[in-house]
Amino acid sequence: MKKRIVYVVLAFCLSCSNEPTDRNTYVPTSNPLEIPQVFEDHIIPPVIPLNNPQTVEGVALGKKLFFDPILSADHTQACAACHNPENAFTDPARFSVGIDGSIGTRNSMPLFNMAWNYDEKFFWDGRVFSLEHQALEPVINPIEMNNTWETVVTRLQQHTEYPQLFQEAFGASPITKELATKALAQFQRTLISSNSKFDKHLLGEATLTAQEANGLNIFMDETKGDCFHCHGNPNNPLWTDNIFHNNGLDATFSDLGFGEVSGDPADNGKFKSPSLRNLAFTAPYMHDGRFNTLEEVINHYSEGLQDSPTIDPLMKKVNEGGVQLSIQDKADLKAFLLSLSDPSFINNPAFNNQ
Amino acid sequence: MKNILALTFFTLLCFSCTEDADDNTSENVSAAFKFTHSWNDTPVTNTDFNSIQFTNANGEEMSIEKLRYLVSNIRFEKANGEIHNTSGHFLIDVTNAVNLVFQPYTPIPKGEYSNVIFTFGFNNEDNYSETYTDLNSASWNVPDMLGGGYHYMQLEGKFIDNTNTVTGYAYHAIRAVDNSDPDNLLFQDTFINVELGPVSITKDLTFNVNMNIAEWFKNPNLWDLNTLHNMMMPNFNAQVMMFQNGQNVFSLTGITE
Ligand code: HEC
Ligand code: HEC
Repeated sequence: MKKRIVYVVLAFCLSCSNEPTDRNTYVPTSNPLEIPQVFEDHIIPPVIPLNNPQTVEGVALGKKLFFDPILSADHTQACAACHNPENAFTDPARFSVGIDGSIGTRNSMPLFNMAWNYDEKFFWDGRVFSLEHQALEPVINPIEMNNTWETVVTRLQQHTEYPQLFQEAFGASPITKELATKALAQFQRTLISSNSKFDKHLLGEATLTAQEANGLNIFMDETKGDCFHCHGNPNNPLWTDNIFHNNGLDATFSDLGFGEVSGDPADNGKFKSPSLRNLAFTAPYMHDGRFNTLEEVINHYSEGLQDSPTIDPLMKKVNEGGVQLSIQDKADLKAFLLSLSDPSFINNPAFNNQ
Repeated sequence: MKNILALTFFTLLCFSCTEDADDNTSENVSAAFKFTHSWNDTPVTNTDFNSIQFTNANGEEMSIEKLRYLVSNIRFEKANGEIHNTSGHFLIDVTNAVNLVFQPYTPIPKGEYSNVIFTFGFNNEDNYSETYTDLNSASWNVPDMLGGGYHYMQLEGKFIDNTNTVTGYAYHAIRAVDNSDPDNLLFQDTFINVELGPVSITKDLTFNVNMNIAEWFKNPNLWDLNTLHNMMMPNFNAQVMMFQNGQNVFSLTGITE
């Protein structure tokens, strides 16, 4: 309903602008995101910047760039090195290794459903606004690809295929870092995961086991797991709120997280809630990859909470270490969490480097 | 939330390229609602969040970290019983200062009204009849095991408990439900109809409404956070007490034209 209003208003607005339309301008093939039924049914539409619409050619270019080590200084590392499709586009290593062997302090992040990150704050600490801007960063990050965009642009210009591909994606403009990151963003917006067992259950195409159903109840029960306030629910199938919280990992912080970005000490130790989709493929867990298994994660919430001034008020019974789930509850919760994993996502040929 | 920003933006854009309408001849006006917040007489904004600086009626020192709540079903009643309904619901997010001012989507006919009323939360029909994608996207849902529908309010923060420990609280208001028999949920209505009183509408106007946050802890139920600070969604009695305390939380502080 509200969506319709926006479109009507939008159409009305465009109709009263009188910009001349140049009929000779090259227009790439429009390729709007296919919105999965479970998203269409439950949540608001994705965020696509008006100045970077999805196109067939843009997505293809973005995909090629994503898998191409040409972006890194020594031609050894592509985005995919730390964002591996088999791992739902994250890195199974706790800390990714950059081109010159240096390692960071944060676990890589899985990449999917990012067009539905409505606030468009990216990274664990939300320090970058929009996917287009995000893609500028890894290329020049000294502990990642350690390159300069000047070098990348020169390489792309001198390449046998890229000039043609950029032209097809964006018309006759010269290759720039802005266009390269637009293409990367377009590709990354196509990384949609919506086909887990739980999604099928929502569509009436699969039935949860008794254990999974009980796990969902623990997840949704304020007196038990109470996970849903931060990690979504069957009506918010993103399985995250994309908001920053301190979930009680540490009593003191070596990484201030969101606090470093906002400059407000009240945000110290807060990180973006990750989606709980695809946990089967994305270990290790948390911003610093400290937990190798879901058992460790669940034990953390059940009895491992560490108090600190910024711990989220939703973290209960902190002085007892947490919500004290029974062994059975823990097993059921884990079974439910795994029902959110989507094997068709990691096996999708459109997302793999063939 | 983004949607609403976009909508406002485009609406402004549109108005900027339409002919000036002659306001005087129009039979309709637009009414805006502006929500402010206070702790008794002291104004509260999100800049006052995150530090323990409030004292509730029971004597606990406390902070606010998050406050958002739902306003819906704004309606204008005439003395003859005629009701002018407006559409839309509004999630007021004080933490991020979003939607503190909003306009119902429906224009209001000029005239004398005996009462202006809004619903804190959702009435039962609105609560269960529809899927609201904007509220789902804000994870505003109530679990199915508690009857589904949506939260009315989330007020969260810390307080110093009677062992001198800083402890989190989550004062979440929903429709009261007794779930002791999961197959037979028993409900009691806890949405609140807030009456702003009579108004004569001749031109565009703004209703200034204040929420006194301290009232949630005061009257008629003196709220003891030591015993009631979390797990209150499935707590039928706590929900009824919130409803009772909510009766005098809102007040009209003025109408500006
Ligand atoms: C050396 C490993 C490495 C490489 C190479 C790398 N990344 Fe990352 N990526 C990470 C890490 C680690 C994070 C989390 C960093 C943080 O939060 O500070 C991350 C985060 C992201 C995010 C944020 C996701 C979210 O939901 O907030 C995106 C998007 C992303 N990377 C895309 C890319 C793209 C595009 C490239 C190639 C241009 C790339 N990455 C190259 C390691 C890498
Ligand atoms: C107050 C909000 C909040 C609540 C409630 C909450 N979480 Fe989290 N969760 C987070 C945040 C924030 C992180 C990331 C923290 C970090 O890395 O520093 C996280 C991380 C996780 C991760 C790791 C995911 C990954 O990809 O690394 C899992 C799994 C998880 N939570 C499951 C749960 C479960 C199960 C519950 C209920 C028992 C729960 N969470 C309750 C906020 C919350």
